[in-house]
Amino acid sequence: MASLRSFLQCNFDILRKTFVILFVNVRDALNQAMDEELERDERVFLLGEEVAQYDGAYKVSRGLWKKYGDKRIIDTPITEMGFAGIAVGAAFAGLRPICEFMTWNFSMQAIDQVINSAAKTYYMSAGFQTVPIVFRGPNGSSAGVAAQHSQCFAAWYGHCPGLKVVSPWNSEDARGLLKAAIRDDNPVVFLENEMMYGVPFELSEEMMHKDFVIPIGKAKVERQGTHITLVSHSRCVGFCLDAAAVLAKEGVECEVVNLRTIRPLDVDTIEASVMKTGNLVTVEGGWPQYGVGAEICARIMEGPAFNYLDAPAVRVTGVDIPMPYAKILEDHSVPQIKDIIFSVKKVLNM
Amino acid sequence: MQNMLTLISNVFRLGNASKNVGAQAVSELLIGLSKYVDLTAPPAPATPRQPPLPPGTRMVVSARSFADFTPQASFPIKKCDLHRLEEGPSDEALLTREQGLQYYRTMQTVRRMELKADQLYKQKIIRGFCHLYDGQEACAMGIEAGINPTDHLITAYRAHGYTFTRGVAVREILAELTGRRGGVAKGKGGSMHMYAKNFYGGNGIVGAQVPLGAGVALACQYQGNNQVCVTLYGDGAANQGQIFESFNMAALWKLPCIFICENNKFGMGTSVERSSASTDYYKRGDYIPGLKVDGMDVLCVREAIRFAADYCRAGKGPIVMELETYRYHGHSMSDPGVSYRTREEIQEVRTKNDPISMLKERMLSNNMSSVEELKEIDLEIRKVIEDAAQYAISDPEPSLDELCNHIYARDPPMEVRGTNPWVKLKSVS
Repeated sequence: MASLRSFLQCNFDILRKTFVILFVNVRDALNQAMDEELERDERVFLLGEEVAQYDGAYKVSRGLWKKYGDKRIIDTPITEMGFAGIAVGAAFAGLRPICEFMTWNFSMQAIDQVINSAAKTYYMSAGFQTVPIVFRGPNGSSAGVAAQHSQCFAAWYGHCPGLKVVSPWNSEDARGLLKAAIRDDNPVVFLENEMMYGVPFELSEEMMHKDFVIPIGKAKVERQGTHITLVSHSRCVGFCLDAAAVLAKEGVECEVVNLRTIRPLDVDTIEASVMKTGNLVTVEGGWPQYGVGAEICARIMEGPAFNYLDAPAVRVTGVDIPMPYAKILEDHSVPQIKDIIFSVKKVLNM
Repeated sequence: MQNMLTLISNVFRLGNASKNVGAQAVSELLIGLSKYVDLTAPPAPATPRQPPLPPGTRMVVSARSFADFTPQASFPIKKCDLHRLEEGPSDEALLTREQGLQYYRTMQTVRRMELKADQLYKQKIIRGFCHLYDGQEACAMGIEAGINPTDHLITAYRAHGYTFTRGVAVREILAELTGRRGGVAKGKGGSMHMYAKNFYGGNGIVGAQVPLGAGVALACQYQGNNQVCVTLYGDGAANQGQIFESFNMAALWKLPCIFICENNKFGMGTSVERSSASTDYYKRGDYIPGLKVDGMDVLCVREAIRFAADYCRAGKGPIVMELETYRYHGHSMSDPGVSYRTREEIQEVRTKNDPISMLKERMLSNNMSSVEELKEIDLEIRKVIEDAAQYAISDPEPSLDELCNHIYARDPPMEVRGTNPWVKLKSVS
């Protein structure tokens, strides 16, 4: 058996290198990114609840403690405010921590450390004190975890100057943006999505390179289109692509923009797209009021793209309620593909 | 005599002088002194023949020469209350003349600087928050005397004293208070947000600095550099949950963190009896050993911090210290400080327990200095403070171009939205 396994392993490696495409799910992409960055820079370390011996609550840090040991992969007690503050202090003193929140809901316990201790310090010190820290964890709705465990924090953290806020969708995003975040000398809020962890995506050989990074602050056009622009982030990007596929059959070509970064927002890419298509629908999982979509619409109004709009821009969002538990209610609390299709048709007056 | 005192003060002046300059200044001192006193000679006779003085030297009234003073003395200090410790710091402290002068100079500088800040605030040249440290000087000086410049320190918002002892010049502190471009944070931080090498502020959120300090200690341990982090908080902050979270992790991981509660008896207007179910702050670390220290005695503080630093460096984990101290001013400049305590109480501390007076008494009664010498030092300090205040008042405010800078570190320049969509501001790192 051992020899068979090594035979397959050997050939798999050859196959992998020959066929330059690999399927990697988001969880493994995050895991590999952290592994490579831990190896690259000994100042990088990971701390959080269950990240070490449990292999991560969602198994994102699987294998890392076994490889790097107690010094670099640290299990913390359930004390978010304390360990987030400790992580920021370690960043002050020259290390490069990755601070995991088991979900971003628990970050509210520690939000003072993220905003007042991390985000604002470079400014308050007039450039004297850098804070090279990454806060990461799953954000937004999951499945059946109810109100206290389902909130999206993109708008909350996206509001604050001094932070970079990143929201990857697929494995390429996860890998490239996490590497960029760890190498960035600024505090980065890294919003993952639990429902995406198990989803596989193609990664090219170029993307598997150990120095593959995606620039923070740049959106990506995932699908070219001519009739309408759909702007989204995280899991909803996939819904937009699905909706676009359905709409294409009816002759509507949607351009799908994957924000990748919430802050700083890549307004230029959004504007260029809107000036091309003349219509805009934003799609997000979070609540509508004062949300990501609201910001995008405001910016379009204030900029050159407004004159190109053929119809008012519109937002598709989560329903403005705490997340209910029962499946039928939960399903109706988050944007679905049919909501995107409906909104597109409304905007295009179809 | 004047030149000698200048040379002595050059050697021991805290400020932006690096250790190399200090060594250089010591050499200058020795060379300078050799003009007046043969350093290898036996003690001077009773009536020394005065050598010709260089032109322009001010005559000092007393004929005492440098060689007359006691070079060092041992002082009994208050024994520390101990929690979970078999032994504590020594109950005797050795003070050399040089150290005494250095401590005196530093504490007096902090005292005068804070009083100057009070004055400037009342003239409305300083605005916003201003939390003054006068009365507590022995804490900052004692701590700095007992640790190395390579050790780390973090405190809360009553931070001007520590900003000075950690190496920032008075003029940069005052200019930061007046919000000018010459301030240590270029006018962008203010009273509560001053930073320096191995000094992490200056923190506005009560208690938040404690996990930060534990994190700095984690970095020290991680990097194996044998350094410690002194993490300060007040009696008001001592009940914060995040402090207990920090205690837990520091003890669990044996972080080289010295947690220090500066107990000045009042958290803003609330006395310790009204805020804390247990006022034994040195015991609040529970499983973490603790010491209760007389925070008005610079020698007591120094011995205690040396003990604590040794403890941490030995890898035994964190330790808690409570410094019993007192602030003469109210909580901040907007608090007269007499609604929750009596003027008599404040006056009593000033007369019986003032840290600077205590040191002065010790030095004079042991012939380690003279009234005249200390007065000289006072005059020099006054000049430094006046110059600094002048600088702080006349230095221009930051340029408006600075407004959006320092959002991100090591990033290319970017645009920042102004107050309306047509205002596009530039931000550089």
